[in-house]
Amino acid sequence: MVASKDVDRRNFFVRGTHVLGAFIGAALGIPALIYMLKPPRSIAPGGWVDAVDLNTLKPRIPEEVSFRRIRKDGWKLITERSTAWVVKLSDKEVVAFTPQCTHLGCAYHFEESKGEFLCPCHTSNFSIEGAVLNGPAPRPLDRYPVKVEGSRLLIGTIEAAKADGGKRGA
Amino acid sequence: MIRAVLDWIEDRTGLVSTVAHFLDEDIPASSGWQQVFGSVAVFLFMTQAFTGILLGLNYGPTPGEAYNSLRFIMSELTGGALIRGLHHWGASLMVVVVVLHMIQVFVWGAYKKPREATWMVGVVLFLFTMAFALTGYLLPWDNRAYWGTVVTTQIAGGVPVMGPYVVRLMGAEGGVGVVTFARFYAAHVLILPALTALLIVFHIYLVRRHGAAPVPGDELVPRKKFYPVQVFKDTAAISGMFALLFGLAVMAKAPLGRLADPTDTAFIPRPEWYFQFLFQLLKYCEGPLEVFATVVLPGLTVGALFLVPFIDRGPMVKVTKRTVAFASVALCALVWGGLTAAAIVETPEAAAIAEREGPMDWVELTPEELAGVGYFKQEQCGSCHTLGLAQEDKPGPNLGSGGVSRNAAWMIAHFKQPAQMIPGSQMPTVALKGKELNALAAFLLKLTPQNAAKMQEIPAYATEGALVYQRNQCSICHKANGAGADAGPPLNGLAKRRKADWVMAHFLNPQKYDPDSTMPSYKFSAKENTAITTYLMALP
Repeated sequence: MVASKDVDRRNFFVRGTHVLGAFIGAALGIPALIYMLKPPRSIAPGGWVDAVDLNTLKPRIPEEVSFRRIRKDGWKLITERSTAWVVKLSDKEVVAFTPQCTHLGCAYHFEESKGEFLCPCHTSNFSIEGAVLNGPAPRPLDRYPVKVEGSRLLIGTIEAAKADGGKRGA
Repeated sequence: MIRAVLDWIEDRTGLVSTVAHFLDEDIPASSGWQQVFGSVAVFLFMTQAFTGILLGLNYGPTPGEAYNSLRFIMSELTGGALIRGLHHWGASLMVVVVVLHMIQVFVWGAYKKPREATWMVGVVLFLFTMAFALTGYLLPWDNRAYWGTVVTTQIAGGVPVMGPYVVRLMGAEGGVGVVTFARFYAAHVLILPALTALLIVFHIYLVRRHGAAPVPGDELVPRKKFYPVQVFKDTAAISGMFALLFGLAVMAKAPLGRLADPTDTAFIPRPEWYFQFLFQLLKYCEGPLEVFATVVLPGLTVGALFLVPFIDRGPMVKVTKRTVAFASVALCALVWGGLTAAAIVETPEAAAIAEREGPMDWVELTPEELAGVGYFKQEQCGSCHTLGLAQEDKPGPNLGSGGVSRNAAWMIAHFKQPAQMIPGSQMPTVALKGKELNALAAFLLKLTPQNAAKMQEIPAYATEGALVYQRNQCSICHKANGAGADAGPPLNGLAKRRKADWVMAHFLNPQKYDPDSTMPSYKFSAKENTAITTYLMALP
C-alpha cells in the first residue's frame, strides 16, 4: 500500500511537470507561429497609376512602359520604378502584362522579328495576347488590371495581377 | 517502438542516460521552494532569447529603421505586440529574479567554501544581466531610448581617466548615433548572449560539482532526488513567473514613444526603474563628489559582492541564525528603495511645458492660419498625424498633444527635409513652397490639445476661401482678424456692410462700383468666388 501511494505521488509530480511545460510551450509557440506566418495587417497603398498615353501606342506592337508606384515593403513605403508590356490589341482592348515570365520570374523581352515575347532563361515564348506558345511557362503572362481614362491608360497593382494570374493558371 | 528509438539514441549518443543522470542528482533533504530562483532565471533567459530572435526576424537594426520596424512589429503583425511585450517585461523580471536568486544564496550562506567560484560566476552573470538591460534599452530608438543612452554615455564619459575610452568603446564619441547603435546591438545580440549562455553552463556545472548547499542537520537525514519533486517545484515556480510575464505583456503595452529626436528639448530622460537609484544618487553627488556615485560606489559594491565568500568564512549555520546577512540585505533594500522612490517622486510631469495658446473657434484664426488648415488637409497630414487628445496609433506624433513646442523655423526646415531634423523620420517631404509652408507652420503654432478636435471640423468653404485669399495675397492691402495692412478697408464686419452678391461681383470688376478703387480685378472661377465670399462674409 505504502509503495503504491509513493508511486501515485511520484506520478503526480511527473505529470504536473509535463502539463505545465506543455502550457508554457503552447503559450510561446502558438503566438510565435502566428507572428511568423500571418501576413501584416497593413493596407497596401496600391491604387491606379497613370502609365501611358494610348495614342502613342501602335496597334498590336508591344511597348515597354515604365511608371513610378508606391509599394509597401515590410515596414517601409517605397517609391519604385515598375514596368509593364502594354499591347493595344484592338481599338477596344488594351492589355498590360507584368514584366516577369510566369515560369521563374525572369524578365522577358519582345522579339520584333518573330512578333513574340521571348524569355531568355528557359526560352518560353508568349504571343502578344500573352498565351504560352512554347517552353516551360505554366500559365499565360500575368495581366495588370487596366482602366482607360480619356486617352490615358491606368494600371492597377501587381498584387492584383498576380492573384488574377494564379487563378487563370489553375 | 518508442523504446527502440530511445535505445538507438542512447546507444549512439548516450543522451538518454545523460539526462537521467542529470535528473537523478542527490540533493540535501532541506532543499525546497527556496531553491527555485536559479531555474526561473534560466527559463527567463531562454524566453528572452526566444522572443529576441522572433523580434529579430522583423527588425531593421539601424537607427530610424529600428524604430519604424518595431512600430511595424507592434501594430501590423499579429502577435507582434505580445512578443515585444514578453521581451520588454521579461527584461525587468529577469533583473528581479536574478536579484532574488542572489539574495537567497546570500542569506542561506550558500556561497561558502567550496562554492566560492559558483558565487563569483553568479556575480558576473548578474553584471551581464544589467549589461543586457542597458544595451537593449537603446534598441527601440525612440526618445526614451535615445535620451536614456545619452545620459548613460555622459555618465560613463565623466569617469576619471577611463571615461573617454569607455565612451569610445561605446561608439558615442561624437554623441549617440549609428556607431553607438551598432555597438549596443552587437553587444546585445552577439556578444552577451554567447557569453551568458557559456557562463550559465559553467555555473550549472559548478552547482553540480559541489551539489546544492546543505544546511546544518542535513547530514542526519537521507538525501532526496532532484527528480521529480524538486523538478516539479521548479516548473511550478517557472509557470507562476511565466503567468506573471504573460499577464504583463497582454495587459501593459510595452512603451514605444516618438522616434528619437536629438533636437527635442522638452523630453525628460529617465532610465529604466532598476537604474533609477544610480540616477538619483547622481543628484546628491555634485562636482568632485560625482565620481563617488559613478565609480566608487558601484565599484565597491561589485567588489564587495565578489569578495563575499572571502569576507564571511565561518561555517554553515542555520538560516535563522544569519542575522547579519538578513540585516545587510534589508539595508541594501532600504537604500535602493529609498533612492528609487525619491527618483520617482522627483520625476517632473511630462506636461509641465508652457502650452501654446490658440483660439477655440476657427473664425478667430487669421486667413494665413486658416489657409494652413487647408494645406494640412491638402497634404493629407492627418493620415499619419493625430490632432486632438485622441490617442490613435498613427506613425507620426500627435500634433495637438501640446507637449512639443517647435518654432516656425524648425517646422519649415522639417517640412522641407524631414529626416534632416529628425534622423530616421519616414515623413515624406511636404510638397509646398515658401508662403504655403509659412501658413502651415502658422496654423500648427495655434494648435492646442483643447482646440485640436474643433480644428478638424472647420467647414470646407472657410479653408478654401482662406486658400484663395492667401494665394491672391489679399493681406497686402486688407486686414482680417488683425493680420494684414490698412491700405484697403478692413474685412471684418463685411457681412454688415455688403451683400454676398455684391462682394462676388466686386471681385470681378471693382472699378464698376468705385471708379477710383485701386483694387485689381480678380478673375475668380465661380467656385473660388463662392468660397472666398462665403468665408469673408463669415468673419465677425
